[in-house]
Amino acid sequence: MKTIKFLIIIFIFFLLSTSKSFSLIEVDITRGNLNPLPIAVSPLSQTNKSKKISQNKLNLEDLGLEIAKVVENNLKQSGLFNPLNKDAFLQKPDIAHLKPRFEDWSLIKAQALITGKVLIENDKLKVEFRLWDVLAAREMLALAFTTVPSNWRRVGHIITDKVYERLTGEKGYFDTRIIYVSEEGPKTQRVKKLAIMDQDGFNTKYLTLGNELVLTPRFNPTNQMVTYLSYFRNLPRVYLLDIETGIQEVVGDFPGMTFAPRFSPNGKKIIMSFAKDGNSDIYTMDIENRLVERITNHPSIDTSPSYSPDGKYITFNSDRSGYQQIYIMKNDGSNVKRISFGNGIYGTPVWSPRGDLIAFTKLHKGKFYIGVMRTDGKGERLLTENFYQEAPSWAPNGRVIIFYRETKTNKEGEGFSAKLWSIDLTGYNERLVETETDASDPSWSSLLSN
Amino acid sequence: MILSKILKNTFLVLIFGLVVSACATKKTTTPAKMDSQIQGDVYVGTDTVGELAKGVPDRVFFATNESILTTKSRDTLRKQAAWLRENTNVNVVIEGHADERGTREYNLALGERRANAAKDYLMTYGISADRISVISYGKERPVDPGSNPLSWSKNRRSVTVKAN
Repeated sequence: MKTIKFLIIIFIFFLLSTSKSFSLIEVDITRGNLNPLPIAVSPLSQTNKSKKISQNKLNLEDLGLEIAKVVENNLKQSGLFNPLNKDAFLQKPDIAHLKPRFEDWSLIKAQALITGKVLIENDKLKVEFRLWDVLAAREMLALAFTTVPSNWRRVGHIITDKVYERLTGEKGYFDTRIIYVSEEGPKTQRVKKLAIMDQDGFNTKYLTLGNELVLTPRFNPTNQMVTYLSYFRNLPRVYLLDIETGIQEVVGDFPGMTFAPRFSPNGKKIIMSFAKDGNSDIYTMDIENRLVERITNHPSIDTSPSYSPDGKYITFNSDRSGYQQIYIMKNDGSNVKRISFGNGIYGTPVWSPRGDLIAFTKLHKGKFYIGVMRTDGKGERLLTENFYQEAPSWAPNGRVIIFYRETKTNKEGEGFSAKLWSIDLTGYNERLVETETDASDPSWSSLLSN
Repeated sequence: MILSKILKNTFLVLIFGLVVSACATKKTTTPAKMDSQIQGDVYVGTDTVGELAKGVPDRVFFATNESILTTKSRDTLRKQAAWLRENTNVNVVIEGHADERGTREYNLALGERRANAAKDYLMTYGISADRISVISYGKERPVDPGSNPLSWSKNRRSVTVKAN
């Protein structure tokens, strides 16, 4: 399936030297959304000629405004910014981009301002934008890049990433996608399909038809491959799917169910569980030479493996103590150590891309929690509690976690739903992630561009 | 003597419960009904239970997080084994399931463990391993959509179905 082309040709260059600018504004991301930064996103300006082309080509009345809306929505969803209402803007977009009248922007309480310009010419979309510190009355960032017009939403995501990075000091996570399982139909006969969408819920595409049950898709952190579990021909096996070409293949030749797949950080191996005769152990398979290696060998259930970002360690879920708990071992299966010791049972450990934390699902006294703990098991923090939720997946910058939540049905067994939610590492800014259908098993991609 | 009296009373209560539940509509799940259908966290009722063959129940139920076969489950599986010994041309698939109160991946493993518990028991009663295949559905195919202990107990099951 030809989904989205990554032909975004980015020529990011600095229009003006920004390296020396020293700013007064700074967003502290460690404290949640207590004080979101007021920011004005001026519509990107466009010449009338270019406007006509974008109306014809993209069927958008005002491309510059639409890109600004993408940026605004991203900033708002992050919980760290408060985009101001455009009705209050005094300065016209084209003039503001040349030289903002800072008094006008500080009058409406904006502390930061984004301005820009778009141009469609010879089938190329040219974009430039600037970030301004309103109070210090100076420019903080100026970038320009070129892409194909159909990538216009990604332009908004890239702008957001650059602004986020400049103001928080951390990489952004906006030019990313989410792969998940789309769900429809009654609870006892759910039809599940693989689906992929931009991080903000747009450009949804379905990658399977729903003829067979599919579960737990995960992105390769280095490319556009996905691994997932499919019940094709009633044989539950781990598959590899290239979302560019649509080609899929079964992973390894196992005489039984393989499941719980995940890529190694370098994208070269798949780690997964293989179940045989009532026992599940962890294996890896090298994607290139197909060599299979057994990692655990224990009569308990060993599943949900996840590598540390340096690839040296693996965290996994095992019930060898009697109940589901979280363990860590070296990547060859040695030095197995239990790290979860709190009340309740623990599952789905996922190593943070920053390396310092492990996200998990916890069940305690009939409630499910998404939480994080340090890699030695200390410092457990529960971020959210509900009737049912699981499957945390990290945004590539390790600041946000996406997971899915299911509702309790009523006495007649009705009212079931499954939805994606995201929450900040701080435990603030819990948000529903809109999807076209019910959704579960989200996996966050790496940044598409850097 | 006292014990037998208690047992007798319990039995009467159980029968009463069954009668009541038989008359009751779907909506009124009384505690009395539930008690009579769950013993020690394991479903012992007849709702949802189908037949592998006449007089041979198709499924057994499990306690939360467990794959241990109860006395009743072993009885059911012995009936299945006896029927399979008589019908040597039939192969079976054992489908293992979990309830919704667990993480998806662990439940896949748990369903596989449950299906194999049933398979192992059939094998000890003389059914050859190559006549039995297993598949785990984890929590993906609940038979009862409810979010309550009774529904969950019906969903923690392994079901023996004809393969051909």
